[in-house]
Amino acid sequence: MSLNSHLEPVEPRRFSPFYLAPALAQAPLVALSGTILIAILVMALLAPWLAPHDPGLLSPLMRLKQASAQYPLGNDAYGRDLLSRVLYGARVSLGIGMGAALCSVAIGLTIGLLAGFIRWLDSIVMRVVDGFMAIPNVLLAITIVTLSGASLTTVLIAITVPEIPRIIRLVRAVVLTVREEPYVEAAIALGTSTPRILWRHLMPNTFAPLIVQGSYVCASAILTEAVLSFLGTGINPVTPSWGNIMADGRSYFRLRPELIFWPGVCLSLTILSINILGDALRDKLDPRLIKRGEGR
Amino acid sequence: MFGFILRRIFASIPVMFVVTVTIFMLLRLTPGDPASVIAGDNATAEQLARIRTQLGLDQPLQQQFFDWMWRLVHGDFGTSIISGTPVTTLIADRIEPTLSLALATITLSVIVAVPLGALAAARHGTWVDRAVIALSVLGFSIPVFVIGYGLIQIFAIELRWLPVQGFRSIRDGLAEFGTRMIMPTLALTFLYVALIARITRTSLLEVLGEDYIRTARAKGISERTVFMRHALRNAAVPIITVIGIGFALLVSGVVVTESVFNLPGVGRLTIDAVLARDYPVVQAVILLSSLLYVMINLAIDVIYVLVDPRIRY
Repeated sequence: MSLNSHLEPVEPRRFSPFYLAPALAQAPLVALSGTILIAILVMALLAPWLAPHDPGLLSPLMRLKQASAQYPLGNDAYGRDLLSRVLYGARVSLGIGMGAALCSVAIGLTIGLLAGFIRWLDSIVMRVVDGFMAIPNVLLAITIVTLSGASLTTVLIAITVPEIPRIIRLVRAVVLTVREEPYVEAAIALGTSTPRILWRHLMPNTFAPLIVQGSYVCASAILTEAVLSFLGTGINPVTPSWGNIMADGRSYFRLRPELIFWPGVCLSLTILSINILGDALRDKLDPRLIKRGEGR
Repeated sequence: MFGFILRRIFASIPVMFVVTVTIFMLLRLTPGDPASVIAGDNATAEQLARIRTQLGLDQPLQQQFFDWMWRLVHGDFGTSIISGTPVTTLIADRIEPTLSLALATITLSVIVAVPLGALAAARHGTWVDRAVIALSVLGFSIPVFVIGYGLIQIFAIELRWLPVQGFRSIRDGLAEFGTRMIMPTLALTFLYVALIARITRTSLLEVLGEDYIRTARAKGISERTVFMRHALRNAAVPIITVIGIGFALLVSGVVVTESVFNLPGVGRLTIDAVLARDYPVVQAVILLSSLLYVMINLAIDVIYVLVDPRIRY
């Protein structure tokens, strides 16, 4: 606690979506990333209407055909329409990304709050977290998927679990600094119940870093899903995902590089946009950077 | 000093314990019968029973755990269900491509990334700085396999400079080995350069704001000396840390890269084992890489104390 902290009234931090609007106009790259992400979201939501063909429809006559008016991006090894498959693939990627971000934040927040505030729990939780962080993400995810079958739910669980320890660490670090603040001491002195202190006084402080971390989790989850699918250990190959499409295209890569190119471009653009938005959010919200005068 | 090293080693024991318990429980907590998942749909009752015995699933849980630990301490990491070969032999046969790829990647990344990050910090706020930041965001965002296929398309298919895929042992000649390692290393290096350049820049910027840098400048020392002697050396700790933490990232990257470039390494071994449901192999690889992670980070912590006189525990 710094010496003069009780002299300066601390304004509670409030969030508003409009808070970012003027900044957005000054940062064309951020605005572009936002636009790309919205476009991909629209692709995912409207896939059934946008797709010219059924993504699973096999047409043996059209195997590995070049792009044509009827099939704008050409066909894959089973004659399926590449464009339709890429459009549907956006659903899996964004679904997994957002699902993993929400689940890992919800679970990590709960455990992190408790670990940061309840001292005896802290050392146990942190040992477990350290252990989990030692296990390489992709290997852990692959093992979970292998052992419990490759459904969308297991893939989501397999991708979420390795992300939770990082969230716990972050939330705990915030709680450890905030719990020494005078207003928390005051709340304890007034006899406020522990759940209420956690909920009302500690949790709001974690929102800013969690929004940033959540965006990174989302990007990393999309990447991990693609890696799993690409390695053949992800969701069932019948469901088109960008990783699956690339995995299918691997054997025909020299003949039809588009089979890798288009899903690869969509995947990279999505992750890139999320990362740029995440960085922009961090620069706006991270008080540590602002204090250092380093917010660029 | 010696006391610290001992304490640090003791502190990593619970971490290793959590790792082993987690990996042990993965198979046992799986809903359903793991033996039937591993055996596949067409397994006979005999095959199921055999796999159950082989994995020790017919024993009580704590018995299984202690048996497993006992064998681990004696260097027995299990036997492949498919080939019956000890996992350690399988890994030893496949370690060369993996180790070459990992070492080449780390070396190249450090050589490229530390100067890049330092340059960005020295030219803070200029276009050079922004270019390095942009490069590092790109490195985080483009998946290794997308970069890999991009490299293959350009250098192997269009320019025909390098062989498309495959691996030759270094014993077959340096040229044969080298030409096949260039693209995998480049593909994987991109991510690592992003990681290390970013942390180098951030930690240098932090150090450059310290009082002793101002003092050094006030003494009239040339900016070059201030940067090399005072700033870069003090920024070294976080840079070394991130290389250690990045090890887990490297493992995942190696698995993917080996797949893209058809390298017969440990990563390929793991994926083949996963697809064949050869669980003991998967379990051993994940356990060994996690333990290696703990030990690398332990070694890095010890190196700090030896290198950095400010760190006293």
